[in-house]
Amino acid sequence: MLILDCPYCGVKAEETELQAGGEAHLKRYGPGSSDEEFDGYMFMRKNPKGVHFERWRHAYGCGKWFLAARCTATLEVFGTYPAQTSAPPADLQAKIKSKRPNWEGYK
Amino acid sequence: MSTRLPKGGRLIDRTKPLNFTFNGRRMQGYQGDTLASALLGADQMLLGRSFKYHRPRGLVASGAEEPNALVGLGTGSRFEPNQRVTTTELFEGASAASQNHWPSLEFDVGAINNTFGRFLPGGFYYKTFMFPRFAWKHVFEPVIRQSAGLGKVPQDRDADRYEYAYGFADLVVVGGGVAGLAAALQAGKEGKRVLLIEQTAHWGGRAPVDGVEIDGRPAEDWVKATVEALGKMANVTLRTRTMASGLYDHGYLLAYERIGDHTPGDGRPRHRLWRIRAGHVVTATGAIERPLSFAGNDIPGVMLAGAVRDYVVNWAVSPGDRTVVVTNNDDAYRTALALTEAGLIVAAVVDARASVTGALPDAVRAKGIRVLEGRGIAKVKGTKRVTGVSICAQAGEGAEIEEIDCDAIAMSGGWSPVVHLWSHCGGKLIWDDARAMFRPDAAKPPTGDDGMSMVTAVGSANGALTADEVLADVAKQMGGKAAKTNSVAEAALEPVWIMPQGAGPQLKMKMWLDYQNDVKVSDVQLAAREGYHSVEHTKRYTTLGMATDQGKLSNINGLAVLSDALSQAIPQTGTTTFRPPYTPISMGAIAGEARGDIFQPLRKTPMDEWHGANGAYFEPVGLWRRTYCYQRPGEGVHEAVNREILNAREKVGMLDASTLGKLIVKGPDAGRFLDMLYTGVMSTLPVGKCRYGLMCNENGFLSDDGVVVRLSEDTWLCHTTSGGADRIHGWMEDWLQCEWWDWKVYTANVTEEYAQIAVAGPNARKVLEKLGGMDVSAEGLPAMEWREGVLGGCRARVYRISFSGELSYEIAVPASEGLALWKALIAAGEEFGVMPYGTEAMHIMRAEKGFIMIGDETDGTVIPQDLNLNWAISKKKADYLGKRAQERSHMASPDRWKLVGLETLDGSVLPDGVYAVADGVNANGQRNVQGRVTSTYYSPTLKKGIAMGLVKHGPDRMGEVIDFPADGGKVFKAKIVDQVFYDKEGAKQNV
Ligand SMILES: [Zn+2]
Repeated sequence: MLILDCPYCGVKAEETELQAGGEAHLKRYGPGSSDEEFDGYMFMRKNPKGVHFERWRHAYGCGKWFLAARCTATLEVFGTYPAQTSAPPADLQAKIKSKRPNWEGYK
Repeated sequence: MSTRLPKGGRLIDRTKPLNFTFNGRRMQGYQGDTLASALLGADQMLLGRSFKYHRPRGLVASGAEEPNALVGLGTGSRFEPNQRVTTTELFEGASAASQNHWPSLEFDVGAINNTFGRFLPGGFYYKTFMFPRFAWKHVFEPVIRQSAGLGKVPQDRDADRYEYAYGFADLVVVGGGVAGLAAALQAGKEGKRVLLIEQTAHWGGRAPVDGVEIDGRPAEDWVKATVEALGKMANVTLRTRTMASGLYDHGYLLAYERIGDHTPGDGRPRHRLWRIRAGHVVTATGAIERPLSFAGNDIPGVMLAGAVRDYVVNWAVSPGDRTVVVTNNDDAYRTALALTEAGLIVAAVVDARASVTGALPDAVRAKGIRVLEGRGIAKVKGTKRVTGVSICAQAGEGAEIEEIDCDAIAMSGGWSPVVHLWSHCGGKLIWDDARAMFRPDAAKPPTGDDGMSMVTAVGSANGALTADEVLADVAKQMGGKAAKTNSVAEAALEPVWIMPQGAGPQLKMKMWLDYQNDVKVSDVQLAAREGYHSVEHTKRYTTLGMATDQGKLSNINGLAVLSDALSQAIPQTGTTTFRPPYTPISMGAIAGEARGDIFQPLRKTPMDEWHGANGAYFEPVGLWRRTYCYQRPGEGVHEAVNREILNAREKVGMLDASTLGKLIVKGPDAGRFLDMLYTGVMSTLPVGKCRYGLMCNENGFLSDDGVVVRLSEDTWLCHTTSGGADRIHGWMEDWLQCEWWDWKVYTANVTEEYAQIAVAGPNARKVLEKLGGMDVSAEGLPAMEWREGVLGGCRARVYRISFSGELSYEIAVPASEGLALWKALIAAGEEFGVMPYGTEAMHIMRAEKGFIMIGDETDGTVIPQDLNLNWAISKKKADYLGKRAQERSHMASPDRWKLVGLETLDGSVLPDGVYAVADGVNANGQRNVQGRVTSTYYSPTLKKGIAMGLVKHGPDRMGEVIDFPADGGKVFKAKIVDQVFYDKEGAKQNV
């Protein structure tokens, strides 16, 4: 029953207000992509014990999708940020790196 | 015998006697009793039978860890099975009945399992499953069904009510013993918002029972003063009868308050489920005593030493006249002292340790009680009640040294901290070898959203044993200064996992670990021999710890035995996973207020009231309720449906289509966006026109369909299925916010803003013309177009679309005008034979026309191409959602099952969902299949059964007859036909 700060409306939102949307920062592969590319986009998902980037929608709040970086093992939340980006903000990445020196990056 | 003592009992009020019954026998207890203490006080030691062997069972414990004493409590609409008597407060008129025996508690046929116990070893259930199916079905299952199971299922609707409540606190302290009270007091003084909860009705925990003195006064007085001080703090809330059930992510704590269990029928909610968000949690949950594993340790009269002390001191109940105390630690000597203090006889203290010195043993010796050092119990004598013990050397194999007569045994194998809450959300444990216990590892606590510890374990829950240690631990972790107590030094315990240590198989077969599930030392050792090395596997194989106490009593003993059998250290074996709830919580509390009419919201259309008043037979469609059909007096459902269809086909019908999803998509990039969403092209749709569209997910499968309307240059209205409106709106937002966030598009779900009515049938135009106000002629409003205007006085948008195959108009008006328009149409249609029709008539009419229905023809594995809908898929578009997936070889295979019509040779109706068989068998030896039925109905129009289905190479096999075996051995023979059964040319709708 986690809590995430919605970066749009600023509400500290409880899990019951949120809709989970799976892994963040997927790149869409459409017509013209190889079978391997499409397979990776459609089916292959990370399942790390550690730092993970996720999509969440403030479904019973402002309705906006946002992204969250958190640790699946300790439940620590490193930060949330708007979904309109293809990479986590640099300062968030720096923060995670300082807390988890062995982190290999979001890709 | 067990009996009520003439004086004493700190929790009972002898001026308030309470009457209750057990198995119909009238008994009496006092205000302040638990059902357990009252039963014991009335000399009722035998309280139930064990699960597998039906062995006689009595009380072992005095709290939540009690494994045996479960009863059916109450009668009728207040009956509840499996109530633990140790945690049930006595009330006037309570009615309890024992469980798991037949025909009676005293004489139980199932106890024959006991005699044949050696044929029912660990893993019995799993081994039984491997017998031939015949034996299982005809021999084992009937026997197990008859004898298994604990309580009876309540038959009446629950008379009580339940509720949810929400709480917030900087600090939640769980446990109202001296550790919890001291922790709450310190945090309260610091100004924190504190919630202190205690699962029983009393504050103080064990300290008052154990003779503790704090700051020079009895613990009882210190507890009273502390509770008073806390009560005066505005920032502190105290709540008894509230059990912390589970701790989850980010300080989410679930607590279960038993408000009215002890005052049934007084109008208050029975239970309250607290959903608490805690900044930090302090677990002051104490410790639970462990039994010792000696032969016959399950015979009624063998109890935990701490529990014996509780019954004597708290409730003035003596479990026996003559007690033997058996222990591996100093704490149990307190029980000997308490019994002596109450004037009862302690026959001996049997201590497994070779040499016993120290203040507590000395005090016991000073009372003239024999202390037998280095001794153990070889076996307990008696069947339904302890009659004596055989004493042996703990170091030996069980040769009897002497026999001692007694009618009660108080045993102590040491204490295990209650670490459940600590463990629920990721806190780790360490094995403390000196104290022989798992305790919280402060270096690996459960963490919160900031990555910092969110739980602090204090006192006995953290492994502290004496009052001095407990209060020092609280002061160390919470701040403040520890109060002084009268604690004396205690010698170390000596881990004893079986007694005597060299016991042979005959004794081990009588050493119980899990009392309720009948798991013995020999069963765990057998599991280890059979290769069960993981503690989680052993648990499931033997059912150790799977009884209703969830291993609170003896899991540690079990895993110590397993570790020994595997020749490894206890921490290497580890514990099983601690999962919520800590103790069972009622289903009523979980449901809360969500029952009956408010179980879930009910969505009604603007015309719902009219339907109800006109014979509507409702069906749920998602949260909506829709009219399945309108029954006339004396008319059956099927007759009504058939009448409605024939009337719509011959005259005119009206359908409330308001539940249809209506999504506005608007903006400069709206057309481009819809071209990505739909398989067809929507950007080219002219203003004023309608187009049928299909939506797929990225995996290529059909997910929704509906008519798209171009309202203006930059505005489209997308109709979705009734169940799909919210989902498809979310789908649109997902793509707009997360993938194409630079596209200028707005969406709005306006489903509930409009009422929508379909008017369908040969007379449809006449009805609308009679209402007047708009040109609805064939030329003025051609098929697949729409016009806006005022119809019969209502602001209307009229679409010329047909889902029935008839001349059809769908009229959308503001929701507030829906009922007025509906009534106006009914009145205007009277002379043309109008009748309302429901969803079933709609379904059948669309099937007669061969139109697909999402959820019938689709199931998440069907692509539009399977349904012959290629005409609705653009071949020119470079991309749409699902296009890449549909290019995969398997999706493009000619062997995919495709949609066809099906007609039985005898005109009967095919059963829903049946499969068509093909020759041969597959790799698993199952009959090959070649298709299945997706929709099947009796068509009143055609007066025969019609169906649609997906069949391999179906469209190429017109006229072929295939077999559909159904339940009961009947085989339906059906001919593959065109999916359009009615008006193939579409002449009816294009007039
Ligand atoms: Zn928000």
